[in-house]
Amino acid sequence: MTASPERRRTIRAGITLLAAAALYEAVAQSGLFPAVLVPTLPKVGRTLIALLSDGTLLWHAFYTLVRVMLGFVLAILVGVPLGILMARLRSVENFVMPLASALMPIPSLAWVPVFILWFGLGDTVTILIVFYAALFPTLLNTWTGVRTVNPLWLRAAGAMGAGEGALFWKVIIPGASPFIITGLRQAFLRSWIAVVGAEMLAASDWGLGWVIFDAKEFLNADVMMASLAVIGGIGYAFERLVFGSLERVTVLRWGMVRAAIEHRRPAARPLPSRA
Amino acid sequence: MLDVNAIGAETKPPTRTEYSEPRWRVITRAAFPFVVAAAIWEALAHAEIFPAQLFPPVEAVVAAFVRLTLAGTLAHHTLDTILRLSGGFVLAAVAGVAVGIAMGRWRMAEDALLPLVSIAAPIPGLAYAPLFLLWFGLGNVSAVLLVGFVSAFPIIFNTWTGVKAVKEIWIRSAQAMGADNQRLFRHVILPGSLPYIFTGLRLGLAQAWRILVGVEMLAAVPWGLGWLIFGAREFLNTDVMLAGIVVIAIIGVALEKLVFRRIEDFTVVRWGMVT
Repeated sequence: MTASPERRRTIRAGITLLAAAALYEAVAQSGLFPAVLVPTLPKVGRTLIALLSDGTLLWHAFYTLVRVMLGFVLAILVGVPLGILMARLRSVENFVMPLASALMPIPSLAWVPVFILWFGLGDTVTILIVFYAALFPTLLNTWTGVRTVNPLWLRAAGAMGAGEGALFWKVIIPGASPFIITGLRQAFLRSWIAVVGAEMLAASDWGLGWVIFDAKEFLNADVMMASLAVIGGIGYAFERLVFGSLERVTVLRWGMVRAAIEHRRPAARPLPSRA
Repeated sequence: MLDVNAIGAETKPPTRTEYSEPRWRVITRAAFPFVVAAAIWEALAHAEIFPAQLFPPVEAVVAAFVRLTLAGTLAHHTLDTILRLSGGFVLAAVAGVAVGIAMGRWRMAEDALLPLVSIAAPIPGLAYAPLFLLWFGLGNVSAVLLVGFVSAFPIIFNTWTGVKAVKEIWIRSAQAMGADNQRLFRHVILPGSLPYIFTGLRLGLAQAWRILVGVEMLAAVPWGLGWLIFGAREFLNTDVMLAGIVVIAIIGVALEKLVFRRIEDFTVVRWGMVT
């Protein structure tokens, strides 16, 4: 084979995507299924462009992003300090851990109806659901990260006369950062799932989840697919661009690369869950 | 409290609590946070800051739980949820492991499927829900298919990684010892990739569980815990909703603790793949 593996892969990926698109198009054109339910690709494309250019889809995306960000930041503000406290103080760990392990397996969406009753329809519910979804990955990964900071580094820093503040900011935080960032990454993926569900159920009148659900009422499958594309695009962009660069400026710069790679190595390291 | 020796002690493996402590103390320590949380809840509920209808005291939730259990409805809801979960998960496990192995073994399959999988995976599962409801109608078919579709992705990714991560040298030595393709697969590749496959199944099950509750609320199925919670909102039955959430938490913990730990102990650990 003369082509480089990289090129071969790109070419084959292109062929697959074209084939999948052609197959879908054939099904859509064949008239086996009602055209409203299976819109042709040009129609989806036109809808996507129309919704993007008149700004509605951008506003929906904006509302969704604001909600995700608020809930996510709230989760970081609570989860990271609490995780550090849990790792440092046995009493906090003993108190929080049982509660966390009982609450963790409850899917965040199960709280939606309860929160709707307590806080009414709208933004509060959505933000709190995102907070709930993002809290546990942040909390548990911070806790693990701080606990597994190499004790040798701590002793070395102590021997070189590092004060408490220095020990914390210069050793513990950078040392735990690969785990914390992994936690944030997982937390964001979960928030992204939760926000779509919460917007469907606790509908206010803006948001990508709401658009998709609302489009169902009017059998607008083209609108649904267009918003699916936007949701996927934003999720992908965050995963790649935001967290990728975050990892670069923190973990790699602090010389945690080897540690980061090492913790990527072990046999059954779970890949970040996505859906 | 930031003294170096204490940190060294803190970073020992997490089994440190189980050393010589009597059992009752461990149990008491785990129960204590729940007692405190329940007491705070009880105080808030009786202070009547919120209407009792929306914020029922603990005994009302327990009463609702007992009432629903005796009437048999809770068992019916739970059974339907579990059936749906197993249906979707089995679908995802069979399809996901098969696709993952194909992708790991044949470069053709990898090049063809990877682009499709990586495009579909980052979209939150619930975003597909309205589309599935349009295509397959309200009810069980949509719910099971959606749960299966969504939880297949972590299984595919992990199986694929696992098959590719089987050590080259094991494969070569098996071949040198005259193993044919079938034996190579059954005795080398399958056991070698199992830790990853189990991680994938575990993530897939967690994913299925998170999605299912939301799906049950959207798909208007007649029975199921998600529906129980969502339906109770209409009648302001907060006690029923909270009882439902308790059951959801119990099932979630049981899935993690009982199902997967067991399977892992019986296979992977026994074959010496992980310690």
